[in-house]
Amino acid sequence: MGSDKNSFVREVAEKKYEYGFTTNVETDIIEKGLSEDVVRLISSKKGEPDWLLQFRLDAYRYWLTLEQPTWGHLNMPPIDYLSISYFAAPASPKTSKDGEIDPELMKTFDKLGIPLEERMALAGTAVDAVMDSVSVKTTFREKLQEKGIIFCSISEAVREHPDLVREYLGSVVPYRDNFFAALNSAVFSDGSFVYIPKGVRCPMELSTYFRINARGTGQFERTLIVCDDDAYVSYLEGCTAPMRDENQLHAAIVEIVVKERAEVKYSTVQNWYPGDSEGKGGVLNLVTKRGHLRGAGSRLSWTQVETGSAITWKYPSCVLSGEGSQAEFYSVAVTNNYQQADTGTKMIHIGRNTKSTIISKGISAGKSQNAYRGLVKVASTAEGARNYSSCDSLLLGSQCGAHTFPYMDVHNDTAVVEHEATTSKISEDQLMYCNQRGISTEEAVSLIVNGYAKEVINKLPMEFAVEAQKLLGVSLEGSVG
Amino acid sequence: MLQINNLHASINGKEILKGINLTVNDGEVHAVMGLNGAGKSTLSNVIVGHPAYEVTEGSITFNGKDLLSLKPEERAHEGIFLSFQQPVEIPGVSMVNFMRAALNAKRKYQGLEPMPAGEFLKLMREKRSIVELDSKLASRSVNEGFSGGEKKRNEIFQMAMLEPTLTILDETDSGLDVDALRVVAEGFNKLRRPESSAIVITHYQRLLDYLKPDIVHVLIDGRIVKTGGPELATEIENKGFDWIKEEAGL
Repeated sequence: MGSDKNSFVREVAEKKYEYGFTTNVETDIIEKGLSEDVVRLISSKKGEPDWLLQFRLDAYRYWLTLEQPTWGHLNMPPIDYLSISYFAAPASPKTSKDGEIDPELMKTFDKLGIPLEERMALAGTAVDAVMDSVSVKTTFREKLQEKGIIFCSISEAVREHPDLVREYLGSVVPYRDNFFAALNSAVFSDGSFVYIPKGVRCPMELSTYFRINARGTGQFERTLIVCDDDAYVSYLEGCTAPMRDENQLHAAIVEIVVKERAEVKYSTVQNWYPGDSEGKGGVLNLVTKRGHLRGAGSRLSWTQVETGSAITWKYPSCVLSGEGSQAEFYSVAVTNNYQQADTGTKMIHIGRNTKSTIISKGISAGKSQNAYRGLVKVASTAEGARNYSSCDSLLLGSQCGAHTFPYMDVHNDTAVVEHEATTSKISEDQLMYCNQRGISTEEAVSLIVNGYAKEVINKLPMEFAVEAQKLLGVSLEGSVG
Repeated sequence: MLQINNLHASINGKEILKGINLTVNDGEVHAVMGLNGAGKSTLSNVIVGHPAYEVTEGSITFNGKDLLSLKPEERAHEGIFLSFQQPVEIPGVSMVNFMRAALNAKRKYQGLEPMPAGEFLKLMREKRSIVELDSKLASRSVNEGFSGGEKKRNEIFQMAMLEPTLTILDETDSGLDVDALRVVAEGFNKLRRPESSAIVITHYQRLLDYLKPDIVHVLIDGRIVKTGGPELATEIENKGFDWIKEEAGL
């Protein structure tokens, strides 16, 4: 399965290149700004049905009543929502003369081992990864369709499977959930839709590679995964973005519905552009991810390796309604230079005998700030609920910060909730020990950090794990000594 | 092999080494003895390039190269190995991964390809058995949860893997019982190549009974005040250091 996945990703990359230069895709970036007209325009460009336009408008009107929240342990630059373009379809290569690849970026991609074609796709500007993934999905569509699996872009799903989308869209993350959820619901562009029918084990890992490209635009993708009774799927999400001086807004929603005895594994390797070493630019990654374990005996696991973004603010969460359902959250969040992360999870126990596990590893370097924030809530109905949380922080250097905000809200006496936390530092003696054995400081940091994050990395599908390991090393280069 | 000339070094602005002169030739074993605080560990740390120590004067050449201009890992690649007095624990990093990184870094420095995994594991097994290091320890994190004796054996094991030309044993005998000391010392003797050299830093005679130094130095207050043959170690064992201090007028 691992090597399937590898060739899959490579195929994505090569396809991007191929289509980027042979097909003349129209450039389509709408005027900056946000209004009801813009929402209507997005909807009409996508040829959406009335119910979806109404959903967007409701969300937009609700969003207008909200203020951007400020409770994160983050120093957020102000976001001018009117200076963003909310719809950008892939531009054709000929309009893309402004984009010379920064040599730094070149080097980064070399280090990541992303094939040449991928890099050329970047140089050719706006190759929307979501568009590219549509073309790839077509390749596998027949193979998946044999089993009744639907894997397509959400826009396509709206057209071809409107009942499914209508039933589940907003059922896990309603547009009233929070400020960014309302914004996304109003303007979401594209993303993936997955439906695994009853009793089907998805034969391959489903993967989407997201990329922000166009300048001055936001990315508002929307992913919806429905895993029916006794079904199984492993879904992978990878993210990169080109380097830009200005901050770019990324406000996505991921909704997952897990039915009786079904199992979903959701893995993310997030490497949005983090800004430069002075803290200039970078992606503001403000995402709402939530899974609803509706069915008895259902399982959901979130695994995330977060190395990118100037600001990461997200809590992939689980609502454990089904009796005996089990949820896991495995996270490595790395911050370097001026990056900031306020991330963690929420485990909401509603059903009886539900069980959740939280393993969080924060790594801070440079002048960065890294916070774990988690909520374990046990409702009065959650007889016999169990949670185990372990939150570790690793500090590199003395100018960074690690913070832990664990919240517990327990309303049932039979629940068992455990929390452990540690903070450690890579010591000069450890580095010297490695150096004395001939291991350079950078390699030593990479060894130690990968060792520290092993528990989480091991949860990733193999090819992804290899990528994540390299990424950890690259993200922390220059952070010591 | 190693020439140290008029070496002065300090830590946090305090001068510890006050003009060390020491020459180690190929195949020689030198013992450096002295009381706590004399500067023995400082000397070994300066040779391997510990960043906490500042060299204020003097020079060290190693096989003709200016050692002080090399980074710690380059000194290791050149063939210097320090068996640490207190080997540090590195949680999460398995001995296998650690050794592999170390060995392949050295091979890279020498212009060689990384060692194939099978060959590497075979080498690990071979060298491990010489110091009677349990196979389970190899899959554990570096020094984590190792007993005092296991840590020291692990140091000798690493020496065996990296095949240095100069090994510095910094108080390798400290914290070892008689049996562990024997295993470590005999392991060292078996693993040491005849042309390689060693500097053995110790308080006591007992390690030297096994390692049989060619030359014994006494370090007091940052200077080598007396140098002699193996009999000097025996004399110190019997009479302590005071007579040497008096002799040196300290």
